[in-house]
Amino acid sequence: MAPLLDVDSLAVTLPGPRGPLPILHDVSLSVDEGELVGIAGESGCGKSLTAQTLLGLLPAGATVTGTARFAGTDLLGLDNRGWQRIRGAGIAMVFQDPSAALHPMLTVGRQLTEHMRVHLRMDRRSATRRAVELLDQVRIPDPERALRAYPHQFSGGMRQRAAIAIALAARPRLLIADEPTTALDVTVQAGILALLDRLRAETGLAVAFITHDLGVLSALTTRGYVFYAGRVVETGPTGALLTAPTHPYTAALLGARPHGTQAVGTLRPIPGAPPAPGEAPPGCPFQPRCRHAEPTCGTAPPPLAPVAADRSVACVVRPHLEVTVR
Amino acid sequence: MTGLLDISDVEVEYRSRGRGRVLAVAGVSLDVAAGQIVGLVGESGCGKSSLARVAVGLTPPSAGAVRFAGQPVTPLGWRRRPDTEIGLQMVFQNPYASLNPRRTIGAQLLDGVPATVTGATARRNRVRELLDRVGMPSTAAERYPHQFSGGQRQRLAIARALAPQPRMIIADEPVTALDASSQAQVVNLLVGLVRDLDMGMLFISHDLALVHEIADVTAVMYLGRIVESAPTRELWRSPRHPYTRGLIDAVPRIGPTPRLPATLAGEVPDPANAPTGCRFRPRCPHAFAPCGDQPPTLDLGGRSAACWLNDPTMAPATVPAN
Repeated sequence: MAPLLDVDSLAVTLPGPRGPLPILHDVSLSVDEGELVGIAGESGCGKSLTAQTLLGLLPAGATVTGTARFAGTDLLGLDNRGWQRIRGAGIAMVFQDPSAALHPMLTVGRQLTEHMRVHLRMDRRSATRRAVELLDQVRIPDPERALRAYPHQFSGGMRQRAAIAIALAARPRLLIADEPTTALDVTVQAGILALLDRLRAETGLAVAFITHDLGVLSALTTRGYVFYAGRVVETGPTGALLTAPTHPYTAALLGARPHGTQAVGTLRPIPGAPPAPGEAPPGCPFQPRCRHAEPTCGTAPPPLAPVAADRSVACVVRPHLEVTVR
Repeated sequence: MTGLLDISDVEVEYRSRGRGRVLAVAGVSLDVAAGQIVGLVGESGCGKSSLARVAVGLTPPSAGAVRFAGQPVTPLGWRRRPDTEIGLQMVFQNPYASLNPRRTIGAQLLDGVPATVTGATARRNRVRELLDRVGMPSTAAERYPHQFSGGQRQRLAIARALAPQPRMIIADEPVTALDASSQAQVVNLLVGLVRDLDMGMLFISHDLALVHEIADVTAVMYLGRIVESAPTRELWRSPRHPYTRGLIDAVPRIGPTPRLPATLAGEVPDPANAPTGCRFRPRCPHAFAPCGDQPPTLDLGGRSAACWLNDPTMAPATVPAN
């Protein structure tokens, strides 16, 4: 069976002040029906731009090559009308900052029912009924009253749950969640993760979860992609990916996390910073920061090659990597 | 033992139209000794930043007192701070807001170099030493804040805090705005400085795992009160307050198979309408009759917790296992 979302060799270039800037290189990824997939990496690695590409939200002047198919539709060939049918009803998105995603002057109810009335052509009464169900589903207490509330009357966690309810209003099959819990406290984050997992189990929703927190990636997702400088550097089942990484960057990200060993300097920072777009070295983009780099790393970017069942890595050295995880 | 920084029974009260009186900090006592890192954790709105501002003398407390090296910390006014209080410095969350965008790094660092260092060359050398201390090249002195990344700016803000040779640093969410790899760099820098220079540090964060990594002692704050305080390892291994347990269990972990972190029932209440008795009672899985009264902070031998479950005369025969 073909995956719900199938992205192959996607490359995106944005216009820059000094000529075109390549942002994404040869990105391939897939999400199955009812699957929780994680996308991890530092800021500027291209995770959010991948999401924007899949929703047709790239800035003007961007050039895109490769293919992206969603439920049989070629996303990259869509016109405006085509995108309107996909957004909301096919693929929906939840952003990091719920305060910015919600309209401050419209009630939560109005923002919830708008989708249903447009995409599902529901009348006011049945849309309201479904809105109450949705708020109940995301565990917002007293849904009838919440419909008449404005976003500022909600706490941060409730706002993010309302944003998720709105994203789900038109019954999308894929939810792209871009760092949805980064601005939230751990206890509130735990609630959002449980909610997404429950929605997947109950409704068959597929979720692509973008995060820089490897703990969140491990707790929620079954398969993951690690991005670096606009490329997928490693992919595989999340558990194996994070307990036995094969790319030095994945291992370095794990090393920079707290380990609970309580000795000075146990956090092992990755030296340097990721390259800015257009300034990546000719070879492997991670090579200047890599402890295991060899002369061959400098020639060409290594392709993502399979190393085991369901696992691929873009590294030619394939060093032995020691990691402590908790 | 009284520490270098001694916070005792501090209350912070805000008044606002419509909401009335809000007790953001409802009686907190905390000590930080020289060479010690005390972590203060809690969720947004628990009052940890209000407490930090009082501790460093940015705002006056509505009750209680803060003493630094035995002297009361006086709220910051127009006058120059007494020399002793200059030994108390703060690092803020947002390095984009704490440096002046229109002045060079060197000029800003020179502001903090004590007047006892005289002579242009000696003062410039001091600036170079400070930059070196935080791992930045001396050429950084000629540049402006916008020419640096977030992690570099936070290191420069730390250099500014170090300029007057402080004995105590209060860091309020110093790495929250940074990426994973710069987070590790800045945290290692702060911990290294505390150990090398025998400073004290109050490290405020909502990131439990990070505090677990670096703090000698951890204090957990909920709705304006410290509910538990203990040596970090002990706190993590055997929490004695149900809220601490809830926080620890909510941290997502890496494992071979996905495992969702445990969730805590309900939401943090509005501090303007704080529950009576134990403030955690409405969300607590172990709440029982005595919780209608505010639990005192019980001394548990080297650690303390404000929970009736730790009082053998009150607790039910079977204390829930941790």
